[in-house]
Amino acid sequence: MREDYLEIRDLRVEFDGFVAVDGVNLTVLQGDLRFLIGPNGAGKTTLVDAVTGLVPATGSARLDGVQLLGKSVHRIARSGVGRTFQTASVFEQLTVLQNLDIAAGAARNWRTLLRARSGIPPTVELAMETTGLTALRDRPAGELAHGQKQWLEIGMLLVQNATVLFLDEPVAGMSGEEREQTGELLRRIRRDHVVIVVEHDMQFLRSYADSVTVLASGKVLAEGTYAQVQADPRVQEVYLGPGHTAEPAPALGEVL
Amino acid sequence: MIGSATPAEAAAAEVSAPRARGPWTGRAAMLATYAVAAIVLFGAAPAMLTDFRLRMLAQFLCVAMVAVGIGLAWGSGGMLTLGQGLFFGLGAYIMAMHLQLSSAGPSGRPAFMVTGSDLPWWWELFRSPATALLGIVAVPGLLALLLGLSVFRRRVKGAYFAILSQASAAAFALLLISQQNTIGGSNGLSSFRQFFGFALNDPVNRRMLYFIAAGVLIAMVAVVHQLRRSRYGELLTAVRDGEERARFLGYDTAMVKVVAYVVAAVFAAIGGALFVPIVGIISPQNVGVVPSIGFLVGVAVGGRATLFGPVLGSLAVSYAGSTLSEQIESGWVYVQGFLFILVVAFLPGGLGSIAAVVRSRRRRPAADELPRGVPEPDAPDPEPTPADVRSGGA
Ligand SMILES: Nc1ncnc2c1ncn2[C@@H]1O[C@H](COP(=O)(O)OP(=O)(O)OP(=O)(O)O)[C@@H](O)[C@H]1O
Ligand SMILES: [Mg+2]
Repeated sequence: MREDYLEIRDLRVEFDGFVAVDGVNLTVLQGDLRFLIGPNGAGKTTLVDAVTGLVPATGSARLDGVQLLGKSVHRIARSGVGRTFQTASVFEQLTVLQNLDIAAGAARNWRTLLRARSGIPPTVELAMETTGLTALRDRPAGELAHGQKQWLEIGMLLVQNATVLFLDEPVAGMSGEEREQTGELLRRIRRDHVVIVVEHDMQFLRSYADSVTVLASGKVLAEGTYAQVQADPRVQEVYLGPGHTAEPAPALGEVL
Repeated sequence: MIGSATPAEAAAAEVSAPRARGPWTGRAAMLATYAVAAIVLFGAAPAMLTDFRLRMLAQFLCVAMVAVGIGLAWGSGGMLTLGQGLFFGLGAYIMAMHLQLSSAGPSGRPAFMVTGSDLPWWWELFRSPATALLGIVAVPGLLALLLGLSVFRRRVKGAYFAILSQASAAAFALLLISQQNTIGGSNGLSSFRQFFGFALNDPVNRRMLYFIAAGVLIAMVAVVHQLRRSRYGELLTAVRDGEERARFLGYDTAMVKVVAYVVAAVFAAIGGALFVPIVGIISPQNVGVVPSIGFLVGVAVGGRATLFGPVLGSLAVSYAGSTLSEQIESGWVYVQGFLFILVVAFLPGGLGSIAAVVRSRRRRPAADELPRGVPEPDAPDPEPTPADVRSGGA
């Protein structure tokens, strides 16, 4: 089977003179669970926004050699790039089932669209089982607890049939057990997806990251395994260092 | 790989799913509502109302057709269509042109036209019944498609969209007024003698027009009903609530929205087209800003996101308007405006949402305890935590 890969070259995003992403190079292969970390405002979300077509960018971002930059958001999504959002953004008025069914259906033709759903598509059924939302199938997504919404987001990503998955802080607000389950799920899906996770949670990172890219002020500061990155003095200075007031510091202390 | 089945495979292998609420209570209630509507519109109303009142009801039904379309575009799709007078007017004027030409006889000229001036070429387009009927649907439909796509592609929405659509209705009314010699100017078009061969002064034919309006209205509600329960309906609501999110799932949301917008436009046009033989006159006053807002008030009052709310609200507001305007004349416009503000401020879902509001008020204390879609007794063990992650692997 062919291995998928995402290749970002010299990516640059500028907001009215402020350079949020500054010449980033990043290559992620299928099977490599990549974490993208960095202090607040480092440009992590902006990088994801650029690759998914939300903000204009220069440089290049190729999925299996196909250029993504310059395409519209929905075309990039159809090329196989899926993402979740820092703040869970499910369709609140629709049920869990409806949310997943819509996520699974971007390729449906009009004839299918104009009919009512007569059953549950197997991919949706499977995603509900995987994310433990089967019993909440007919609940409006707006009524779900925070963690459940995050799981629904992940479920939508799974049924979307994407090759590249960006997850922006997926375990924020989840309990310890939920984090573990999310981590295991990510490990499973990285086998046949290119997975990039933006996270601040160092414990989670240490447990599940295959590799880590550190971003600071829009630039790649370091890249490698967790141990390599964590030992890098420049990374310690801006992000992981002792006495740092950033949110991850306590968790890191525990890890060390 | 989890998300790897093609849509075709997925469709073929779909397992049947029990619906959340009892499948029968919902469906039976729906059928009962349609039955009541049919009995009232086809039985009770024609039996009990005088010809004058029945004609009035027929007029209200035409306005309600516009409301059904607005219910879809605004209620399900979130597009505040403040300018449906444009499409209503297009349908109405095309019908009016055809009726004038057919009343005038072969190669005849419309009554209002100054002798000596030439009949504009676009009048001739609608001389034949077939092209007139086609034009009533196609002209507003295509215009809505072009307008909608250019507006939605540019991501214009919310208040900007509302203002834009209202401006288009205002511009259309001004255009009509400026065309005194070709389309009757501010007097509009009137004095139609026949409708596709049927004399309009015959009470039997007038009744027939009422029945046509009633049938068309019910058909429109049924179309919206099917759209709402289809996957498209769910998608439209999703786009309403999270357009960006839907785009990230790979949907061309402008296309999704424009379909509802075009349906609403065509419904408005058909309403306008039937309005003309029923009322006997169409003028710029029926298509500008004020009537456009009027179309909306009933939808807001009745409940824009419900299936029957727009129709019922529209009929109620039309009835109130005809009764009150006899007493307070121009004051009705202010009453309408006040009503609109009142509903939007205090009951955004309209009267149709009262039941739901009351229910949720009463339920609130226990809302966290009770899962909404309680599984059927024979449903598999409900385990709400993310399980099976490890066992499902391999
Ligand atoms: N639309 C925008 N317009 C202007 N500046 C923006 C915009 N979006 C982001 N920025 C700026 O770009 C920088 C990077 O923001 P970004 O959201 O990518 O950071 P982040 O790494 O995701 O941070 P966090 O960890 O807090 O989520 C910040 O300084 C932010 O203020
Ligand atoms: Mg961010």
